[in-house]
Formats: sequence, structure tokens, C-alpha cells
Amino acid sequence: MKLIEEVIKERILVLDGAMGTMIQQYDLQEEDFRRGWFENHESSLKGNNDLLSLTRPDIIEAIHRAYFDAGADIVETNTFSGTSIAQADYGLEKYVHDINVHSAKIAKKVAEDFTYNDPSKPRFVAGSIGPTNRTASISPDVNDPGFRNTNFDQLVVAYKEQVNGLIEGGVDVLLVETVFDTLNAKAALYAIEEAFTELNVKVPVMISGTITDASGRTLTGQTTEAFLISISHFPLLSVGLNCALGAKDMQPYLKTLANKSSCYVSAHPNAGLPNEFGAYDETPSMMCKQLEKFLNEGLINIIGGCCGTTPEHIRAIADLASSYKPREIVTL
Amino acid sequence: MSILEGYKGKYQFKWSSIPFMKLSGLEPLIFTPNTNFVNVGERTNVTGSRKFLRLIKEENFEEAIDVAREQVEGGAQIIDINMDEGMLDGEKAMVRFLHLIAAEPDISRVPVMIDSSKWDIIESGLKCIQGKGVVNSISLKEGEETFISQAKKIKLYGAAVIVMAFDEKGQADNYQRRIDICKRSYDILTQEVNFPPQDIIFDPNVFPVGTGMEEHRDNAVDFFKATRWIRENLPGAHVSGGVSNVSFSFRGNNPVREAMHSAFLYHAINEGMDMGIVNPTMLEVYDDIPTELLDKVEDVLLNRNDNATEVLLDYASTLSTGNVKEKEKLEEWRNSPVEQRLEHALVKGITEYIEDDVEEVRQSVDRPIEVIEGPLMNGMNTVGDLFGEGKMFLPQVVKSARVMKKAVAYLTPFIEAEKTAQQSKGKILLATVKGDVHDIGKNIVGVVLGCNNYEIIDLGVMVPAFKIIEEAKKHQVDIIGLSGLITPSLDEMIDVAKEMEKNEIHVPLLIGGATTSRVHTAVKIEHQLPSSPTIHVLDASRSVTVAGSLLGSNKLPFIEKIKAEYQTLRDYHEKKKGQKTYLSINQARANKYKVDWSNFSMTTPTKLGVNVWLNIPLEDIIPYIDWTPFFQTWELHGRFPKLLDDVVVGQEARKLYDDAKKMMASILDENTIEVNAVYGFWEAYSDEKDDIHLMDNNGNKVAISHALRQQSSKSAKAFNMSLSDFICPKTENKKDYIGAFVVSAGKNVATIAKQYEENLDDYNSIMIKAIADRIAEAATEFLHERVRKEFWGYAKDENFDNDALIREKYQGIRPAPGYPACPDHTEKQTIFQLLNAEKEIGVSLTESLAMYPAASVSGWYFAHPEAKYFGLGKIKHDQVEDIAKRKGVEVAVMEKWLSPNLDD
Repeated sequence: MKLIEEVIKERILVLDGAMGTMIQQYDLQEEDFRRGWFENHESSLKGNNDLLSLTRPDIIEAIHRAYFDAGADIVETNTFSGTSIAQADYGLEKYVHDINVHSAKIAKKVAEDFTYNDPSKPRFVAGSIGPTNRTASISPDVNDPGFRNTNFDQLVVAYKEQVNGLIEGGVDVLLVETVFDTLNAKAALYAIEEAFTELNVKVPVMISGTITDASGRTLTGQTTEAFLISISHFPLLSVGLNCALGAKDMQPYLKTLANKSSCYVSAHPNAGLPNEFGAYDETPSMMCKQLEKFLNEGLINIIGGCCGTTPEHIRAIADLASSYKPREIVTL
Repeated sequence: MSILEGYKGKYQFKWSSIPFMKLSGLEPLIFTPNTNFVNVGERTNVTGSRKFLRLIKEENFEEAIDVAREQVEGGAQIIDINMDEGMLDGEKAMVRFLHLIAAEPDISRVPVMIDSSKWDIIESGLKCIQGKGVVNSISLKEGEETFISQAKKIKLYGAAVIVMAFDEKGQADNYQRRIDICKRSYDILTQEVNFPPQDIIFDPNVFPVGTGMEEHRDNAVDFFKATRWIRENLPGAHVSGGVSNVSFSFRGNNPVREAMHSAFLYHAINEGMDMGIVNPTMLEVYDDIPTELLDKVEDVLLNRNDNATEVLLDYASTLSTGNVKEKEKLEEWRNSPVEQRLEHALVKGITEYIEDDVEEVRQSVDRPIEVIEGPLMNGMNTVGDLFGEGKMFLPQVVKSARVMKKAVAYLTPFIEAEKTAQQSKGKILLATVKGDVHDIGKNIVGVVLGCNNYEIIDLGVMVPAFKIIEEAKKHQVDIIGLSGLITPSLDEMIDVAKEMEKNEIHVPLLIGGATTSRVHTAVKIEHQLPSSPTIHVLDASRSVTVAGSLLGSNKLPFIEKIKAEYQTLRDYHEKKKGQKTYLSINQARANKYKVDWSNFSMTTPTKLGVNVWLNIPLEDIIPYIDWTPFFQTWELHGRFPKLLDDVVVGQEARKLYDDAKKMMASILDENTIEVNAVYGFWEAYSDEKDDIHLMDNNGNKVAISHALRQQSSKSAKAFNMSLSDFICPKTENKKDYIGAFVVSAGKNVATIAKQYEENLDDYNSIMIKAIADRIAEAATEFLHERVRKEFWGYAKDENFDNDALIREKYQGIRPAPGYPACPDHTEKQTIFQLLNAEKEIGVSLTESLAMYPAASVSGWYFAHPEAKYFGLGKIKHDQVEDIAKRKGVEVAVMEKWLSPNLDD
């Protein structure tokens, strides 16, 4: 099987779409989040989607399958909140290792099936590393801007635990995504490097930042280029943007990345902006119309969807992407 | 040109295959081959600043943050932070300070330099910064093992690093040791650590010269040579240094120290030093160092002769009694040939001898015009070049123009006799558009263009479109420039563009003034004039290049470039339009700012009704002046008073400030400016339509103020604000009040300015107007304070200093119609009517609702403790219809007045 570093030179790779949107369609109940693992857990677990890798692996597997079916080259593990920091809200810190190992294994098994059936199109698993629900750069207390409810060291510990689990479960790539605080991301990269050294393995690393609004900045105030510079010390497979914006609004910032970055570029935007009910309205064809502009400008190597996207979106995106050439890397 | 032995010319970056060093705070800082020198702020360093140390010790972080902010505002591109002090918990202080500045975007936009001799502090600091900063510093002092492990860590955290020229044997103190240690450090970093070479910055140790010790004589020379060697031989590496160390043995003699810092910096930059720590207040401008002093300083720095130090010390001791000498030196230029004297007078703005010198030249040439075409134009070209290179600033150029005008005026009678037309680069018509009275900016543009040999036809203020067309035809002008300050002027400019098209005046149109913008020009004006280019000009200094490009031989590419830029702007504007979502006016009203009226009670104003205050004493007003905008008028940007110490503009800012103070003194002496005010207070209530109803003492309605409301859809916790939210609704049945005021300092200003102009003194003409503006603003601030404390009296115990006043820390607001909180200029009519302002203090409104004379301020007083300023932002058409109905005017009328705020 070809490595992702080889395939990415040949064509635009397609990443999967939203996990949460798909899970919602199953209309799961509290017991689905507990089955076999947390039957007697004292607090409510509904909504803690990462647990489904343990309690309803069948569903997670089906979702991965649906995205591969739609033409995705890469699926993301169901581990967006798979850190002890995020799981602390549910008192489930000690299950972080299980969540990550199982999630990675489920995705990997589906990927291997697909690759076996069509070796000309190898499929990959990206270990999803979310931002956690705390930030090292912003105070949660308006009266004390110097206060922090997490710090670099704590983040490194939490991320390392997640990375260890993902690698043990067999992911092909790590994806640090939805970066709204670059300091959190730097801690993740630090943890990844430490894990690589300790486990004596290496997998490619992707990173994807989030530009929160039309100001063109991350939540913690960095411009796209400043974000790029701040993570440039780490050898990356790709850098990109995801979430918060739809494809249309993402374009100028993506262009900055494409112009300034010496690694591959990824984008997985939302299906437009949320409407007043918090749902995403862009249909596959609407979204493709926007994405076509990225592709026309040759900005992209990896493309997929974030909130609100479904296998139908990914199918349309995969169709579209197949007729375009990937962005070529310019060494700066 | 350096006088250094073996000087090879200014260092040229030669490592094109290596990426640039890129640092970041919230924004990027990239070191390109064109980066001359990056200035590192040094005041947030407890070892270098006693004040900062005291603030940190006292845990007065609020002021400590201000220190950082002032540095960044003053031009620091990186801030060095050092907490190494025996009595401090350095690690804790570093973390706390970095956390705090992370919350200040105007500080954290620049990269941070984490400065400590303790590795633990450095590492803690690295864990707090989201951007890519710089570590200051590591070295081979404790051996290779420590060096390598620290460098690896730094790489992992993602930072650049300063490496000191220091090894196991000690600090490098000669050339050879410097380059040996740097080379060894570089090799280890690039080969064993795989550290990116472009992120390595060497500090080859700045040591004092002039210490009297034989072995210190080459300290600076060795630094320079090592700097060059590093940049030539260690691919990609940078050089930094702490400059003030070099003059350590001249402590107490600031003229020498300042000259020495500047000379050191000059040579070090030439040799390739591209960043460093410099105290801007301890720096003289290199070109301004008196030749004799510079010579002696460089003798020491460059070790040019054996007794250089003694000579400099002797000379230095004479410097402290410098005043007499200064005067003598000043007059020295009178001994040079007359052409040089003319140039000197133009560059320095000295009018004293101009007529004598011009006369001297006139007698030596065949035709008087040759004086202008020869030495005077040469002098003005020098001024133009220096201005273009950023070596002269606007106030200086305006002074140069004054000299030029006087020279030309002297020559004119002689030229008239001959009647030869002067060759100008082109004719430019300038006008402040109809309804607008503000002309400071326009006059500055006129002067700057005039200096650059354009013929200026200035039509003055309140010029209607037809007049502009008429004059443009009559004079066959090459360019038309329009200026305006208030928002209705934007519409006037559109009209002028339309008229130009209709009358087939195919010349470029320049747009300038405070409310104009590139976007507005691109979206609203450009297409009115398809047959010729329309260009927005940001400030006076750009006007020369724009005019030059438009009238030069290569104008087409320039015009095409602008057209393309404006197309992009229009496209972007078009795209953005749909992005923002809006509420209907009724929805916006439902999300009004909610004041809890249950416990509300408002002080009854002491002076209900209308009050007039003529001749407010200037002495009382002056302390309230905010000087920062005054310097902005002159295109010297930065916050006052820090600006006076700015490395780049500080010197000119000081001169300008001195001139302003002089003029202020004469204003005080002669009472030339008269400040008058009319103000009043009325009982008031608000209604559900955002109207505020005003009543006289007998409860009769006297006026309605129609407030606008924000309409853009807000996040969950934000409100759609309107000024009417701060006035108690009628339904609450409680007494509330509103106030209004008109203040003017403009009465005699136009006359005085005109006198200056007749005297060919644009500098002082602009000066008096700029000062009058400041006095009007200050008087408004002063009156507001009296209102709060006495005339209304709702804040009797308030006690703020001027700085706090400028930052508007007090209770209550005084929003002015035409500004962001109430952009509707027509509200001024209500205020003027209520106060009878024209009759009481002689201020009237033009057809565009500008106040005449200029240097006037009007507004409302709101006293509610929660009242605050906000920007109305864009509104939708439903509100325009709504307010037209409330005001009882045609929708089209309100559309016109509110067009800058209408989201269309």
C-alpha cells in the first residue's frame, strides 16, 4: 500500500465530513452512550459522542463506511474530545486511552477493508485531536485577564495520552484540528513530538486552524499568517483551515496559507454558516460551487467537510476534486 | 560611507536559498533582505528600567502593561521582557506578565523576546506565548551538553534564539574569540540540533569603549568586524546587540552618549546587525550629530588615533555649556556659498536671510527666473527627496514651503517685468466641497504639492460643484482634488464626479479627507467618472507620488493598477454585503439595552433651560488639551507625549510642539481666540420609537430628538443600542433630563489664518487652525466637567486627571451628531434651534450641516451611569423609512443624510 506522502503528490485527497451531524441522525438515547461500559455512571453521558466508539462501535463503523463509500480517502477518528481535559466534564478521564485506541481501531478496520477491495485507492485514518474545551491563552474570568484554567504542561500531558492511544490503535496520520488557540496547538505538537520519541515511531502530522469570523483571526487573535508562523517549527504534512466558516468565507485565508506555506494545504469548511436553529443549510451542490473556486485557484491538496456536511456532500466533493490537480508545493 | 578599515560597503543579504526569519505575535514580523533594523523595546526589563522594576515589585501590573503598550505604540517591533531580579520570583512574574499582555491585542500583536539568564524562567515563558518569539539568550557558557539540550527545547517550543558569544572560558572579548565561538555555536546548532539557521541570532557582545584601558580600544571595531563576518560566513544567521553598553564610560554626558549610540548603530547596521535593543530617548539622528562631535566620537569608536579618548573627554567637557556654542554653530552655515545657503534655508525652513540671499543670486544671473529654476528648485528637490525618503516630516516641509513662497514673492516683481511663464509640472485644482468648512488637510496637500512644483489653484472651502467645473475649465487644470471632513461631503464628491463627467472634464479626480476611504471611492465615486481615473489619497505625503504617477509618462500602468485594486475592493464589498445579518427595526428595538429603571433617580440640573457662557478663560481650558490629534493633523503619528521621544519622528514632533506652545502663548497674550459656549438642560423621556421628548420648565414640549438604533444582529449577550436607551421611558413615570451644547473657538480663526496666508505663511495658518480645533475640543471637555460637577451637578465629587478625562472614565457621555453614536447630522438642527446657537454665539450650519466657523463642537449630554459610546454601524432601509416618518420628512431626504450608514 502506498503511503499518504506518496498519494498526496498525485491527486487531491478527500477527507470525510461531519461526525456529529451523522450521529444526530441516529437519534440516540442515554442508554446508547452507556451500553456495556458506563451502565452505572452517575452523571448523564448523552452527547459525549466519543464514547460511542466504545458503546456503539457499530454506528461509528457505519459512519466511516458511509464516508469511504462516498469517496473519502481519509476518515477522522471519533476522538475530537478524546482528552482527559475534555472528558473531565463527565468524570471519564480514565477512559481516554480506551476511547482513542478503540476509535482508531474501528476506523482502521474499515479503511483496510476498503483498501483491500480496491488497492488502487488506498484509504487512511487520521487521528482527530480537538482543541479541548479550555484555552491556555485566554482567561475564563473577565475580572482577571491573567487567570488561566489550563496551562501548557497540563495540555501536554492530556494530548500525549490521546496521541499514545491513537498511535496504538493504528492511525496513519494525526490531525490537530479546529485550532482556535495556537498555544494549545503548540502544546499538542510538543506532546506529539514527545510521544514519537518515546514510542520510537513517527506518523505524518496535519494541522488545521479555525478562523472565527470576518476579522480573519483565530479566537485568540492571530492572523492567518501569524498562526502559520507560530507552528512552522514542526515538520507538517499539511496545514489548513476548518470549521466556523463556510467555504466562501474561508477562501481569502486559505489563499494566505497556500501562498505562504511550504507544506500541503487542507480545507474542511462547514456547510455554510449555521442558521438561526444552529443547522447548516448548504447543499452539496451549493458547497461545491464555492469549493470549485479553491480548486480553480489551485489552493488545495486535501479537501473535506466540517459541521453540517454529510456523505452526500463528500460524494459531490470527491467527484469535483477528481477533475482538478493538487496544489504544488513551493519551497520557500 | 563607513570609515572602517577594509569597509566593503553596506552588508547585502546573500543567503537566498535560506527562508527568512519569521516571528509572530498576533501578527507576523518577517525579516527580509530589506529589513534594515528591527527595534526591540527595552523598557519591560527589570534590570534596565527602575520604573518597571518598581511596578513589578509593587505588583502594579496595570501600569506595567502600560509600559509595554507605550513601547509598542512608540514603534518597538518586538518587546523584550526580563524579570531577573534577586527580590522577585522571576518565573512567577514572567508568567503573570505574559498572561496579562496576551489579553491586550495592541501589545501582543508584536512578538515577545523572553529575556533571562535563568533557563527555568525562559522555559516557563515559552509555555505562555502562542506566537513565535525569541529566547534571549543561550550560550556555550556551561558547555555543549546544556547548550544542545536547551536549543532542542527551544526548537520544540518553536522560537528563535539569541546566542551570546560566550563559551566555557568566558565571554568573547576580541574579534577572533567572537567569530570562533559564534562559528562553533552555529555548527552545533545547525548540525547537531538541526536548528533552522535563519532562526539563530548572534549577540557578539557590545562592550564599552573609551574606558582608558588599552585592551578595550578595539571593542566596537571588533564588534563591527565580527558582525560582518557572521553575516558573511554563517548562512542565514542574524546579529543583535544591546547598544547602550558601548558608551558606558561616558555616563552623565548625554550628548556624547547619544551621538555615540547613533554612530555605533550606523556602523553596526552597515556591517549587518539587523536587530537590537536601543533606548530611543538616548539616540541622536546620525545626520544631525555636529561634525566635530561625530568625528571625535568615531575616532574613539573606530580606534582611529591613540589619544582619541582623551580628546573626546576634553571636548565632552565643553559640551555641557553648549548653548552659546550652539548659536555660533547655527550661524556657521552663513559662511558657505550662497547656493548652499539657499538650500540650507529651504531644508531647515529658515526665512530670516532668504531675501538677502535671493537678491545676491539674482544679481549674479541674467534673468530673475533663473533663481527659481536654479538654486531654489534644487533646494526644493532636495526637500522633496528627503520627504520621500522619510528623512523629513510634514511640519518641516510646510516650513520649507514658507521659505520658498517668500523667495518667490520677492522675485515676482522682477519676473513680472520679464513676463516669462514659470514651468510647472502641472496644474492642480483643490477644493473643500460644498457645505464643508474644513480645510486643514486640503491646505497641507496644497503646500506639499506646491513644494513639488505643481501649480495649485485653491478654491477654498464650501465650493459648489459648478464652481469647480467652471474653474477647472478656465484654468485648464490637469488634476482636480476634493476634500471634506464630514460625512455629507461624501455625497457632494459624488455630485462633483457626476458633473465632471457631464461637462466632459477628463482629468483625474483625487479624493481625500477624514471620512473618505478607498472603499467609498471605489464603490461610490469611481464609476460616476468612467472617462478618467478617480483615486483616493490617504494623506498629504501620498499626494505627490499620486500626482507624479498621474501626470508622468508612465501613467497608464499606474491607472490600470488602481482600477484593478478598486475592482477588487468592489468585489470584496459586494461579497461582504450579504454576510452581515440584520434585524428589522422592531426586532432591534426588542433587543434594546436594558437599563434597570426600578431604582432610578436623576439629579435635577442646577441650570435648567438655556445658558450662555461667553469668553471662557483660555487658562482654564488649556490643561484639557489632548495633543495627540494635533500631531495626527501634521501626519506625525503616535500618542502624546511619548511621541516626543519617538526615534523616528520625536525630534520633529518636539519642534512642532515648541512652535505650538509659542503660538499658544501669543494667543493667551493677545486673546486672539475667543471661546464661547451655549448649553442647556431639559426634562426628557423616551418612547418606544427611540424618540426622546424634551420639555421646558412648564412641561411644554420643546423638541424631539430622533435617535437611531443599531440593527446588525448581535451575539447572545450584546444589545442593539440606541442613545434613547439611556433616557428614562415615559412609562416609568420618573423624572429624567437631557442636555445639549454648542462650543466654538472659531470666531477669529479664519481672519488670523488669512493674515498668515497673505504673509505667505501657510505653516502658521495651518497651525492656528489646528490649535483652534484642539481648543474647541478641550473647551468641550472642560465644559462637560463643569456640567457634571455643577451645571447639572450629577457627579459633584468626581476627580479625574486629564489622562483619565481623555479616556472618558467619567459618568455620562456627550455624543456629537455626525459621529459614530449618532451619525445623523440633521440632529444638529434640533440642537441649534434649542440653543439658538447662531444668535447666542454666532455658530451656524451650512447646507451640509457642517458647523461654521470650523473649530466648533456640538452634542447632547446624557448623564445615566450606564450611558456609553457605541458605533451605530450600518442600518437597513426600514429604519430610514421609520425615522423619516418620525421626523416628518421625505424618505429620500433621510436616505441622503444617512447614506454612509445605509447597508446597501
